[in-house]
Amino acid sequence: MNKVKRFLGMALAALMVVSSAAGCSSDTASSESTGEPTFKIGSIGPATGNNAAYGLAVQNGAQIAVDEINAAGGINGYQIEFSFEDDESDAEKAVNAYNVLKDWGMQMLLGTVTSAPCTAVASETDNDRMFQITPSGTAVESVQGHDNVFRVCFSDPAQGAKSAEYIATKGLATKIAVIYDSSDVYSSGIYSAFAAEAENQGLEIVAAEAFTADNKTDFSVQLQKAKDSGAELVFLPIYYQEASAILQQADNMGYKPMYFGCDGLDGLLGVSGFDTSLAEGVMLLTPFSADAQDDKTQAFNAAYEEAYGETPIQFAADAYDGIYAIKLAAEQAGITPDMDYTEICEKMIEAMPQIELDGLTGIGGITWGEDGEPNKDPKGVIIENGAYVSMD
Amino acid sequence: MWKKWMALKKTTRSSAVTYAIVIAAYLVIQLLSSLGLLSSLFTGLLVPLCTYVILAVSLNLVVGFLGELSLGHAGFMCVGAFASAFFSRCMEDAIPVSGLRFLIALLIGAAVAGLFGILIGIPVLRLKGDYLAIVTLAFGEIIKNVINVLFIGRDSNGFHFSTKDAVSLNMEPDGEVLINGPQGITGTPKDATFTIGVILILISLFLIINLINSRSGRAIMAIRDNRIAAESIGINITKYKLMAFAISAALAGVAGVLYAHNLSTLTATPKNFGYNMSIMILVFVVLGGIGSIRGSIIAAVVLTLLPEMLRGLSDYRMLIYAIVLILMMLFNWAPKAIEWRERHLSKFRFFGRRKDEPAGKGA
Amino acid sequence: MSFLSYLINGISLGSVYAIIALGYTMVYGIAKMLNFAHGDVIMIGAYIVFTCVSSAGMHPALAVLISIVGCTVLGVAIERVAYRPLRNAASPLAVLITAIGMSYLLQNVALLIFGANTKTFPEILTLPSISLAGGQLNITGTSLVTIGACIVIMICLMAFIHRTKAGQAMLAVSEDKGAAQLMGINVNGTIALTFAIGSALAAVAGVLLCSAYPSLTPYTGSMPGIRAFVAAVFGGIGSIPGAFIGGILLGVIEILGRAYISSQLADAIVFGVLIVVLLVKPAGILGKNIQEKV
Repeated sequence: MNKVKRFLGMALAALMVVSSAAGCSSDTASSESTGEPTFKIGSIGPATGNNAAYGLAVQNGAQIAVDEINAAGGINGYQIEFSFEDDESDAEKAVNAYNVLKDWGMQMLLGTVTSAPCTAVASETDNDRMFQITPSGTAVESVQGHDNVFRVCFSDPAQGAKSAEYIATKGLATKIAVIYDSSDVYSSGIYSAFAAEAENQGLEIVAAEAFTADNKTDFSVQLQKAKDSGAELVFLPIYYQEASAILQQADNMGYKPMYFGCDGLDGLLGVSGFDTSLAEGVMLLTPFSADAQDDKTQAFNAAYEEAYGETPIQFAADAYDGIYAIKLAAEQAGITPDMDYTEICEKMIEAMPQIELDGLTGIGGITWGEDGEPNKDPKGVIIENGAYVSMD
Repeated sequence: MWKKWMALKKTTRSSAVTYAIVIAAYLVIQLLSSLGLLSSLFTGLLVPLCTYVILAVSLNLVVGFLGELSLGHAGFMCVGAFASAFFSRCMEDAIPVSGLRFLIALLIGAAVAGLFGILIGIPVLRLKGDYLAIVTLAFGEIIKNVINVLFIGRDSNGFHFSTKDAVSLNMEPDGEVLINGPQGITGTPKDATFTIGVILILISLFLIINLINSRSGRAIMAIRDNRIAAESIGINITKYKLMAFAISAALAGVAGVLYAHNLSTLTATPKNFGYNMSIMILVFVVLGGIGSIRGSIIAAVVLTLLPEMLRGLSDYRMLIYAIVLILMMLFNWAPKAIEWRERHLSKFRFFGRRKDEPAGKGA
Repeated sequence: MSFLSYLINGISLGSVYAIIALGYTMVYGIAKMLNFAHGDVIMIGAYIVFTCVSSAGMHPALAVLISIVGCTVLGVAIERVAYRPLRNAASPLAVLITAIGMSYLLQNVALLIFGANTKTFPEILTLPSISLAGGQLNITGTSLVTIGACIVIMICLMAFIHRTKAGQAMLAVSEDKGAAQLMGINVNGTIALTFAIGSALAAVAGVLLCSAYPSLTPYTGSMPGIRAFVAAVFGGIGSIPGAFIGGILLGVIEILGRAYISSQLADAIVFGVLIVVLLVKPAGILGKNIQEKV
């Protein structure tokens, strides 16, 4: 019996080693058979696990951009091939996914979606000299120190500082409670920056209550503390899923402060089954809102809803813009698919600071600095009558 | 030659085969790699494979030979990873030679994890069965939780420490945050290589196989088979239990060091150091055959490769992985399936177990 | 006043843990296995209610009934297909690992069917909140229903086990499977019945859990599941009043720990208390310490 097990185990193992070793050769063969050379853009993000919603949104958003570009003639006359790999929001799995994409023949990377995996993959792409633009990896380390990595979203410190500044200059409140996810890089990053800037701006943080990924359903304690501390405004540097639960529970306990959030709150109105009247008066700083009235956003929403049957969240918009940023920079740099990825990378690094993208997440143009950070203005919006209304 | 080989003790032969398999696998992979036949995915997976093999083998010491169920193995891995990454991060400039730095990091990781093994083992090993399992799970979660609220920074005045946030470290402007709470440690040097990983596997195997075949190892197995009988012939139960537990923890720490020095970022998430990972390692051990070192190695390799190999199926990947796991368990362990196999497959000489070969305990 | 408020929230959270822990502890007591997929049955139950109410527009009571039936069938099917063949396996760990595989399977099936996006669970318990002490103390209707349901379920279960023939059969099987079989008890049937009851409880727990904390994802069940397992061990695994007390205590400790010690260290506090309890009383609060015979 043991022999059988061992034999089966070894046979399986051998089979896998052979198939994985042979993986690259079969893949290159299939792409050559199509004849016409294409740009191969890869993307990495969680498609399973707790953060799957973000990864799938990026996959879908990017796919829409790729389809549009391909229909309009491609980049520099070449079509794009797009491939998305799952990383379960884990650094090790993300590096595996990156290697899978390399075997596939990837030339540029749109990813990764979440911060910690992004930092791990960035050091790989830096070594390999592969061009990388992350739609939503917000941690400072994901981009800085790597000249080949750019990002579409704001970095955490930028969001935290801008939020504190916005609250202070608009005179929204002086006593502030913060509820944040201490186990999440995005959330704790924004909180740190917010806390630092709040001091400069003369805001008083009367309660800073954390929750963790393992405890993100019950917020009664955090809300009770915020209530007891007499905060006028609750700052929520978190994602919309938890925010919807917080709003619901605050309402249940009869607590009605002002709420202020960052781009993670975008998507709040799209939570299926959520009573949107609870979100009335919630303010957020966001580069994208699905309810914006401009043609670009409307067209994107329509395409997304038709293809995937739901309202796009900000991650989808970031990914859409990421693909268009690649297109613009690629045209600026004049790259072609027959170049190898290191050559593409150097040309793209040169081209990125020269482009200006009129995207979904930065109306009026996004430009990039050489450090990889985007320059764009977040919009302050408030939810009124179930829709986002500009506060400026 | 054959005669000499057969004249060796059965256990010696068996462990020689285990070493040979590891070394042969290493040589084959090096050969393929030098010929450029390895895909990037496979190359990237080599160090993680070593990590998981060490984890599986070390947990097997507790589950297979000590006979206790531990669900906190990832916690020891976590301790080893953070201790060593913290050291490497601090000493990156002070010790520029990566080999030396890694060696010290390795010793630190193993020592700290081993120490935690002893500290946790003293109270925990009084418990039995499922209670022991749940307490080790609890310790694993506590370790992960505490590391997530740890902030350590360094500036010209020395080290600063906080459990609240990076702001309250009160550092000079030139200071840098080394452990940034949930954001963990960033910028650990990538010192781990496949060769180092294989050497560490061989060292782990050597330690465990020698332990099992020593006097202490027999005492450990005697405790597993009958605690009361072992106690009555004067075996110091606490000592041997603690010994197995601490060695297993130290080896998990070694795996953690490999893990930390293979990725540039180290965070303690439920995914990599939570009870899910502990359970994953347990799956390697059980599927490979409890008490079979070679089985653990093979199961760790197969189950780490499996989800990666299923990537082509995209959406159905994890679903198929789950089904394969269930089917493998049913096929390997269900009494009916074993009976069926014996009846239908014993015709083939290769599959049938020889009468004189006892059911597989020992390496 | 805020202390009272924390306490009530703790008891409410603890009641949900307790209902889940009841399912865990029954299955453990009789089949001697940790059913890791139990938490995911809860999640499936919640999705069934969500689909029936939000998509099909059914009456909540009917939806809950469908969910209970659905989970019962699911639980029995899982037992039949994945656990029963391994009942007499050489190692008790085999069935544990299979249960983990089953847990992954359920999560990924839900992911494929319902998608990864969070669904907000419909409000099906529309009881008004009670306001005391001039609005300073607020008890939600959901909390009251949860606590009430938990007590009723526990009493019913105790009555079932001690007053009915099937319940007595369960006790007999949990004491000694072989002897029970010799006495003419259908062991397979009894274990299947246990899974049926446990899974039906899981459906109820799913409804209560998601009514109190209304965000539903394919991974909703796994963390409460593990907490409930801890609660069951805490109270003495295999003991029904133990699961009840363990669940309530765990909920209260978690909330008070978060409130007065640190909201980031909630897990460490919960597990720390568990360790202390087990070290002092190794069989849990109400567990029987069985003396090992030579």
